Amino acid sequence: MRKGAVLILLAVAVCMVFTPSAWGKNDAIKIGINAPITGDNPKVGEGSKYAAEMWLEDIKAAGGISVGGKKYDVEVIIEDNEYKAESAVRANTKMITEDEVMVIVGPQSSSQAIPAGDVANNYETPMISPWSTNPDTTNDRPFVFRGCFLDPFQGPVIANFVSDQFGFTKAAVLYDVAADYPKGLAEEFKKAWEKKNGKGSVVAYESFTTKDADFSSQLTNIKRSGAEFFFAPQYYSEVALIVQQAKELGWDKPIVGSDAWASADLLKLCGKGCVGLYFSTHYAAKGAKGATKAFIDRYNSKYGYVPDDVGALTWDSLRIVQAAIESLPKLTGKIKKDRKAVRDAMASIREFDGITGKMTFTENGDPIKCAVIVKITEEGEFEFHQSVCP
Amino acid sequence: MTYFLQNVVNALQWGSFYALIALGYSMVYSILMLFNFAHGDIFMVGSYIGFGVAAALVALSAAGVVVLPSWLIFTLTILVTMILTAMLGMAVERVGYRPLRDAPRASAAITGLMIGIILETGNLAILGARRVRFPDLIESVTYEIGGVYVTNKKIMIVVVSLLFMVAMQYFVSKTKWGMAMRAMAYDYLVVPLMGVSINSIARLTFAIGSALAAVAGILYGIAYPVLDPYMGVLFGWKAFVAAILGGRGSIMGATLAGFLLGFIEIFVAMVFPSTLRDLIAYSIILLILVFRPHGFFGEPYSAKLRL
Repeated sequence: MRKGAVLILLAVAVCMVFTPSAWGKNDAIKIGINAPITGDNPKVGEGSKYAAEMWLEDIKAAGGISVGGKKYDVEVIIEDNEYKAESAVRANTKMITEDEVMVIVGPQSSSQAIPAGDVANNYETPMISPWSTNPDTTNDRPFVFRGCFLDPFQGPVIANFVSDQFGFTKAAVLYDVAADYPKGLAEEFKKAWEKKNGKGSVVAYESFTTKDADFSSQLTNIKRSGAEFFFAPQYYSEVALIVQQAKELGWDKPIVGSDAWASADLLKLCGKGCVGLYFSTHYAAKGAKGATKAFIDRYNSKYGYVPDDVGALTWDSLRIVQAAIESLPKLTGKIKKDRKAVRDAMASIREFDGITGKMTFTENGDPIKCAVIVKITEEGEFEFHQSVCP
Repeated sequence: MTYFLQNVVNALQWGSFYALIALGYSMVYSILMLFNFAHGDIFMVGSYIGFGVAAALVALSAAGVVVLPSWLIFTLTILVTMILTAMLGMAVERVGYRPLRDAPRASAAITGLMIGIILETGNLAILGARRVRFPDLIESVTYEIGGVYVTNKKIMIVVVSLLFMVAMQYFVSKTKWGMAMRAMAYDYLVVPLMGVSINSIARLTFAIGSALAAVAGILYGIAYPVLDPYMGVLFGWKAFVAAILGGRGSIMGATLAGFLLGFIEIFVAMVFPSTLRDLIAYSIILLILVFRPHGFFGEPYSAKLRL
């Protein structure tokens, strides 16, 4: 009996020692980052991490975030979601319940942001996904926000661009049916294209499944369909394979992409095959001005490459979070109350001037902002082609 | 018609990979009665070693240290990678399987899974999560023959795979070492009595199987140049299916089954949405196995020898 009591006491003591909140009052503001550090799109995680590091550097230099005249220290917690939906959910749950973060920035891709957003909303923790363009991420979730435009906007942008630029009427789509982002965007594009060119104008609508490496039978179908171009709303590592295989099957017509193409690694993986192709994205690094250029130059000198849109959007999202926290009169120290206050502050931001453009927020937590069409140049840069605003 | 022929070409390339990897599986499975679940990951490591060797040779050549023509770079890459990967295979056998030779078969199979995971995560730890692009060892040339598009790479991949299969067939059926291997497959208890060392045959089997996986890895890198640490997992499983489908002890069987799998996958994807591809493909294989439980060329008695 005595032994049992001692063991229980010991167990309690161990729990106390390893519970961070018992280490004494720590009133730093904790920001959680949910990003794919490993997994299928590690470059996305890297961009998020670097942008957060730069942001934290600025905050530290300013001595913290000031709320109601008091300076608060900031702590950034980065959790790896391995580019998997279940890991993203786990990362969010951990950061909310164990680390007690005030706000979560991420996950980046809709495939992870949609399920993870549900967790954040249920725990009443504000979350902002910098890069997720699928409407379901924020839909009916008062605690979830985003930093980019939506696919119902991006789909028509691409459809209009192709019509205006090339005058085509017959389109094909090749997309991953097992991931939320490509599937959602493929549907939006199809809807927009058929609205413009009539029913049956999407002559091939071919799908594959995540992790597939051979697309030859789908591409053969696209080729046979007589399409004048095809649209591939895929991530950069798949784009490299798709473009090469299309070329090897004798495809010499345009291939058009979406914002998931915009990775600093695209050209490295794709080689010369991707030169001259167009895709829609959030910002164009080449020819940027003002604060955008300052951000790009600083990132480039620090990490040795031009940031992709994920980095820029993560930066903007963190600045939105910062603006929301700074607008509060005070922090109560009670995490639940403060989270609610931050959410309300984020929801009341109506306009924000970010490095990826000016944005105004809707009731739903979605920004209204412009998209750009970029062209991949010979040097592997993403060159501004045109800007499309809602 | 051209549409059909184009898909035949697509399937031949895709099937070559299944066939080559299935061959290595089949060797180990037939001779040692062992499910080497790490084989898919050995294929992955082979691909990465090939990437390293090729990148080094290309860099040396570009720097002018030793100027090599591209065909020589390609041949050297294959040779060096085969040797290095064979050494990895032998190490896997020594560390993971030899100590478990008298353990239950399930333990050995689990060891294979673990070695696979160690190889994947080890690669992740050493090289990081970034994708790498396999260097362009061969300038891609596309030929059009009556509306069917074929590249020089595709032809080479199919020809090289077939060559290795013929070579393996010859080795196992015509040489002394091959005879020892067949004897092992037949009865591993008697083999030592004939003065053949089980250990050296097991080592040789693993070396050959891994070298074949290395060839598959390099050819894969040429056809699908984006490498990632988990690319071997799915391939391993599918090639395993092909090895079983081909039948124990049959090199021809594994080859045929590998190509069959490639053909089924490509042609199902041609007609149906991709979500149904694996469902239909593996239902067909299940059916085949129901009617031919020992695979195409497997001999019914052999399965009783050890299990």
